[in-house]
Amino acid sequence: MGLKTALFDSHNRMGAKMVPFGGWDMPLHYGSQLQEHHAVRQSAGMFDVSHMLALDIVGDGSEGFLRHLLANDVARLQQPGKALYSCMLNPDGGVIDDLIVYRMQAGRYRMVVNAGTAEKDLGWMEQQAHAYTVEISARRDLAMIAVQGPQARALAAPLLPNALQQSALELKPFVAIEDGEWLVARTGYTGEDGFEISLPTEDAAVFWTALAEAGVAPCGLGARDTLRLEAGMNLYGSDMDETISPLESGLAWTIAWEPEEREFIGRQAVEVRRNKDDNLRFVGLLLEGRGVLRDHLKIFSGDDELGEITSGGFAPTLDRSIALARIRSGHDDNCEVEMRGRRVAVRVVKPPFVRSGKAKVQ
Amino acid sequence: MSNLPTELKYAKSHEWARDEGDGTITVGITDHAQDQLGDLVFVDLPEEGDSVDAGTDCAVVESVKAASDIYTPASGEIVAVNTALADSPELVNASAFGDGWLFKVKMSDPSELDNLLDADGYQAVAAAEEH
Repeated sequence: MGLKTALFDSHNRMGAKMVPFGGWDMPLHYGSQLQEHHAVRQSAGMFDVSHMLALDIVGDGSEGFLRHLLANDVARLQQPGKALYSCMLNPDGGVIDDLIVYRMQAGRYRMVVNAGTAEKDLGWMEQQAHAYTVEISARRDLAMIAVQGPQARALAAPLLPNALQQSALELKPFVAIEDGEWLVARTGYTGEDGFEISLPTEDAAVFWTALAEAGVAPCGLGARDTLRLEAGMNLYGSDMDETISPLESGLAWTIAWEPEEREFIGRQAVEVRRNKDDNLRFVGLLLEGRGVLRDHLKIFSGDDELGEITSGGFAPTLDRSIALARIRSGHDDNCEVEMRGRRVAVRVVKPPFVRSGKAKVQ
Repeated sequence: MSNLPTELKYAKSHEWARDEGDGTITVGITDHAQDQLGDLVFVDLPEEGDSVDAGTDCAVVESVKAASDIYTPASGEIVAVNTALADSPELVNASAFGDGWLFKVKMSDPSELDNLLDADGYQAVAAAEEH
């Protein structure tokens, strides 16, 4: 048995199929992950993401600490509540984790990291924090619920604490507001509009039930994965890990090279590989025919093996299979994948595949 | 494992066969199998007139999670396939023992059915897999 979130009983009551994930027992789906996927693209769905770890990083040295720790630069976060997506690199330039950090006030940040890497991340951060006046605290007393889809904000806002109802609707993308222990951010992992909401664990089940009664569909890890894949968003552990550079994971845009004097961990290692022609390309693939592309399938151009699929699957919005892949450069966009003993045609495209309910590839 | 029809025969590889009493069987996958696979997105079926050998693969069901070969429980000739599955593979999830049937075989050796499991025997196989 894995760890249980505050919503474990709610999931079982709603008929979830529970599976182990990152040390936790989490819902895979509540009947049909395809229907859950469509609910998020067309209306609104909700995900228990309490298995992810929220951290508070507080103290006079917190900005300096995070500017050293992260490849993206928190000095860019001027406005209160503004969020930043970043990789946390090791000295070799590999990705320890990808995360979101919010600057809530001067000297106070909230970070959310992946479930499977949480203990490793915390150990690494504490090791790096010695030289700074900063306190890092794991917020296992919080639950997190993502509400996503074109109707998500309108359905969720009236159910928030009074003080947040109006201001939540006025949030700009990638900004958060808080009231007490509730934090509402206009962020997500689906390619749709919506909120990610942190709240006290004791309030989670009531809020979850209220969302369901308002017509928000409960969604599991299955739909979460197909939604993020369509949105062209990376999955840690599949699309990148400690052995792979963000430069070869489609994440070069998350590295803040300026100012040059900022010495973030891993900078030297990634800087020497910057703009190199022989870096592997991180691309999208469209399967031309029937079938489903799976993780680790090999990609070919004639007899040349170009690389492999890092995460593949079925795209319900497109009704065909798509994948993210890492391949050698210098080939045209028509390749083949070896699938169940035969070669099938795939086409290289630029992610995302779907944004805000609409196909971005043909 | 509540809805396991006792009139069917089962293969360890999770197909069911219904003896239609006229020398043919109808073949599908079990409710346990569809539950393990999750939502189906493609079903590739044999062609009518194909001849098939017991225990060899002749169809593929592909779900959001995995592709799975389907083995015919008995040898013979394919005399019908469920064409509705081309547009609605979800019928297998919704009704594995009913509208989600896959194909029908005119058996060349009906005694092959004796090699299959009854409901109790299959239930033990499926239960063992869940632990």
